[in-house]
Amino acid sequence: MDSAGEAFAAAWRLLISFDGELLSVVGLSLRVSMSAVALASVVALPLGALLALYRFPGRRLVVVLLDALMGLPPVVVGLVVYLVFSRSGPMGGLGWLFTPRVMILAQALLVCPIIAALTRQAIEQEWEVLGEQLRSLGLSPVRAVPTLLWEGRYALLTTLLAGFGRAIAEVGAVLIVGGNIAHVTRVMTTTIALETSKGDLALALGLGIVLILIAVAVNALAHAVRHAEERIARVAPPRTNRA
Amino acid sequence: MTASILPLRVRGVSFAVNGESLLRDLDFELPAGGVTIVLGPNGAGKSLTLRLCHGLLQPTAGSIDWGGAGAANAARRQAMVFQRPVMLRRSALANVAFALGAHGVPRPERAARARAALERVELGRVAHRSARALSGGEQQRLALARAWALEPEVLFLDEPTASLDPAAAHAVEEVIRAIDAAGTRIIMTTHDLGQARRLAADVIFLHGGRLLEHAAASEFFDNPRTDEARAFLEGRLFW
Repeated sequence: MDSAGEAFAAAWRLLISFDGELLSVVGLSLRVSMSAVALASVVALPLGALLALYRFPGRRLVVVLLDALMGLPPVVVGLVVYLVFSRSGPMGGLGWLFTPRVMILAQALLVCPIIAALTRQAIEQEWEVLGEQLRSLGLSPVRAVPTLLWEGRYALLTTLLAGFGRAIAEVGAVLIVGGNIAHVTRVMTTTIALETSKGDLALALGLGIVLILIAVAVNALAHAVRHAEERIARVAPPRTNRA
Repeated sequence: MTASILPLRVRGVSFAVNGESLLRDLDFELPAGGVTIVLGPNGAGKSLTLRLCHGLLQPTAGSIDWGGAGAANAARRQAMVFQRPVMLRRSALANVAFALGAHGVPRPERAARARAALERVELGRVAHRSARALSGGEQQRLALARAWALEPEVLFLDEPTASLDPAAAHAVEEVIRAIDAAGTRIIMTTHDLGQARRLAADVIFLHGGRLLEHAAASEFFDNPRTDEARAFLEGRLFW
């Protein structure tokens, strides 16, 4: 009990003194997860939009699979990426294993289904509202993709935040492919796991607090975005289905 | 002067969804000039008919084609305004400019044309307001301005005043008159019989998915040929 209290006090001191090691770990975490979300969105946003609009045989199956992949276990992603980039793997020659680069890739793979699946839902909703008007203006669904992505920007921002939340909080994938090397590939979650097992609770707790603060900040941002959207929607007349 | 896409020829058109027949054997032809009002009780198939003519839906049987010399460009020469105006999350001006862009108007011309379109419906003062923050009546006038800016030869209006209060409906009707006066062929549905009498050159009366009458407005309103139309005009026919 007492040690927990001491650890908490020590963690607080680390936080308010902007401890160098703590900051470098937080910095790498943010850099890796933000890059992963950026990389994933390049693929996932158009993919989700096309899946929302393009009808093809087996589409329903793809949608179900994509939704299921939202729950992809990080350790499995880590394992697969590890196998691909390990020395004897197909991409082993690149020497990316245990670098932030491969951590970004692993997290991008992890959040790609999340962003794509949520994008599909958001764009389907946009098309429901705007589809007839856009087609009346001569735009095919596929040509309307950039417009729909922009019209769904509030929902998509929430989607990206969800992806970021998943990336920054996961431990399995970055631990396997990053190796948790001090000052090179140590991020918040892997450091917490290691320091806890070593018994250095102060750094672990300090990072835990930062992680929770980031989660709160991300959710607050998502709420603020939703709120702004609702405020605009409230002034507009209600949308109902036409006969 | 570009070649006309009219007349619109609707031949033996049926429309069914999952085996349920919603429109049966529609036959009519619309030449150039005047306002055609499509009347009928709820569920008669009025909105469907407009969507089929505009090409948003494909008939399950029959054909819809444009018989004029300019028919090759028919899709480009039509526009449609829906009962609930559909606005993009951007300014009123940008909504009109977007439509112009979709129709291939070069970027430098768009702003001036969009601005002129807004002025014509007296929305110039809200040009930079968010379109979705405008009132229902303003949004409907904006939707009309957006369609008008495309300079369509044929404009479909699906109950454009149905969800508006009387003052807003009046303002929208004034815009419709102006568009008609400027030479655009208007084909519209309405539930407002007074409005139908004021605007119609000819009337198409639908009931239960069938076309029962297609006649000049004066003839239809003074001497409806079918019992259903008579009942409808007297307010006794609700479905």
